[in-house]
Amino acid sequence: MPEIEQEMRQFIVDNFLFGDKETKFSNDDSFLDRGMIDSTGVLELVAFLEEKYGIKIKDNELVPENLDSISCLVRFIDRKSRATS
Amino acid sequence: MCGIAGVVGFDGELVAPELLRRMIDVIGHRGPDANGVYTDGPVGAGGSVGLAHARLSIIDLSGGQQPMPNGDRSLWITFNGEIFNYVELREDLIRKGYKFATHSDTEVILHMYEDKGEECVRHFNGQWAFAIWDAKRRRLFLSRDRAGVRPLFYAHQAGALVFASEIKSILAHPAVERGIDLEALDQVFTFWHAVPPRTMFKGICELPPGHSMSVEDGKVRVWPYWRLDYSHIHDRMSEEDCAGRLLELLSDATRIRLRSDVPVGAYLSGGLDSSVITALIKQCSGTRLKTFSVTFEDAEFDESIYQQEVINFLGTDHQAVRCSSGDISSVFPDVIWHTEKPTLRTAPAPLYLLSRLVHQHGYKVVLTGEGSDEFLGGYDIFKESKVRRFWAVNVDSRCRPLLLKRLYPYMQNLQAQSDAYLKAFFHVDATDLSNPFFSHLPRWELTARLKVFLSDAVKDEVRRADPYGEVKKLLPSEFPQWDGFSQAQHLEATGLLPGYILSSQGDRMAMAHSVEGRFPFLDYRVVEFAATIPPRLKMKVLNEKYILKRAAGQLVPPSVRTRPKQPYRAPDARSFFDPRTGTARHAYVDELLSRARIQKDGLFNPLAVQNLVAKARKGRVIGAKDNMALVGILSTQLLVDQFVTNTERSTADAGN
Repeated sequence: MPEIEQEMRQFIVDNFLFGDKETKFSNDDSFLDRGMIDSTGVLELVAFLEEKYGIKIKDNELVPENLDSISCLVRFIDRKSRATS
Repeated sequence: MCGIAGVVGFDGELVAPELLRRMIDVIGHRGPDANGVYTDGPVGAGGSVGLAHARLSIIDLSGGQQPMPNGDRSLWITFNGEIFNYVELREDLIRKGYKFATHSDTEVILHMYEDKGEECVRHFNGQWAFAIWDAKRRRLFLSRDRAGVRPLFYAHQAGALVFASEIKSILAHPAVERGIDLEALDQVFTFWHAVPPRTMFKGICELPPGHSMSVEDGKVRVWPYWRLDYSHIHDRMSEEDCAGRLLELLSDATRIRLRSDVPVGAYLSGGLDSSVITALIKQCSGTRLKTFSVTFEDAEFDESIYQQEVINFLGTDHQAVRCSSGDISSVFPDVIWHTEKPTLRTAPAPLYLLSRLVHQHGYKVVLTGEGSDEFLGGYDIFKESKVRRFWAVNVDSRCRPLLLKRLYPYMQNLQAQSDAYLKAFFHVDATDLSNPFFSHLPRWELTARLKVFLSDAVKDEVRRADPYGEVKKLLPSEFPQWDGFSQAQHLEATGLLPGYILSSQGDRMAMAHSVEGRFPFLDYRVVEFAATIPPRLKMKVLNEKYILKRAAGQLVPPSVRTRPKQPYRAPDARSFFDPRTGTARHAYVDELLSRARIQKDGLFNPLAVQNLVAKARKGRVIGAKDNMALVGILSTQLLVDQFVTNTERSTADAGN
């Protein structure tokens, strides 16, 4: 789990914050509220998850409850990975 | 159409003609046909003056040399632009006993100033930036047109007032300092432009649209003579009357914009506005009209099918320039040399290629459809704001936000979103409704995210800047009483229109190749009438520019009238990096975005820029924010490179 958390954090920092160290965010911070993600960002994130973790995300799963913070993502990937394994 | 420059000196020295020549030479592209300088003084505390002019001959080819004096040589003018109603004004002046030595509109301005003083500008229907030296009063009077078509900048530094059509001309004055205004950079990365009078250069101001200015006894005074007012909407105006009046005004606006002693062409985008203008020109003129357009190699941006329909329908003699990604990258440094400010999109570049095409065909004047989207309600931002307002009234509605999907049919990334995300991106809150910037907050907030790329030093420097507060200061006192649609129109027409559309995409790109744009939709009679049209007739439900379609729809092919509006766009990040090879298309891109260079110039965060560049090389810069960031950073770096670091180009003619 900490590994996935670390990977998620790295992806967010590299792709949405471009490595900007000044922007600190906690595992529960909302990407939307913090202005870190836009409509393209959501699709980038989904493509990354599908490729990295070999999961398939359905349209009705594209909601902030699943994708909008590090904690949400970790729980979501965990749930999806169990369902596929 | 021309370039102007000048100096008022307060140090008791004569303004050197060589200095004036240097200042005017650097903007020689604006007026390659002739140039001239005039100097006077010094006399007492009124100081000395020097005026310079670079001429693009369009009206009275033999008689319009400038700087031009009046009959007793007590007034001297340097003028860029056109006064389209000069024919009528001239007749009035002759009736009053004024004698004319030429047939130019320039001389009409001089006599109007003699007759009415500073108030003369209220009688002008046109696009202008001029300076009149009143030798008796030792006073310089400057003015700029209502919408901000023609540019005018000034710097009050080092014992002089220096002014010019372009900033590079002011920088040619040795006493003017060269430096980037960081607060302006912060504003560009919010609104796409600096808030006037601020410009990207420290200590250099823009005379805002609709303003005049005087310099007397070493004192500078700036005041508005006109402003856009949405306080008098004719609620009971019938559709038919409204459409009839609009067409009548547009036809006359087009007719007087054909006044020229050289042939006039038109830009054709394939959209409604330029098609309407082209059709109106055809009604006024018997000769076959020459039209020009840009087409794109990239099908996502290309509109040539629609252009061809209009060409066939109206029977114009058409020329097109095909634009590839490599072309954009190749001309981009020159584009920024002319815009003199960063741009967040590459869209000016194809227009630079287009004016080159016009120039190559021997044309100096084109009419275009600019201004229609702002004043008649065409932009997506108006539609988006209408939907968000509708939704904000009932924030919990499940159905209302679904309308958002109808807004941007061409944005695939948005279409793929779930309702939950859609609601989050276009967030509304009932309390937002009283925010004066309701319509523009999503755009400004998205753009402001680019500030993540600023260096720590710049972030520190602008931490206390208040960009929204700067815009708020400029709002008229009646603004809160206006309806939401009118508020959105006002923000757009006083913000992005002069700050980007008419400058970076307009005057600068056309004048780079000595081409003058003329804009019937910006005729002040059209603008003032449009400000009285009820919003329900501008956008009927979500049908944009409804009243224009009703007024002039029959003049254009049915498909142009009925197809969804496609905004003018060009490829951004992929213009600079070829995703197939992962390399930059031109060496300057690598150089200016390199870690060392970013570090040295100090405006951006080197690590963040490196990550963005890495993403661009992989072809993964696809979203609006990343694209704006890449183009914004690269154009800012080009600006610094050409105007601050390497000053050779800005002290010698650009050679265009």
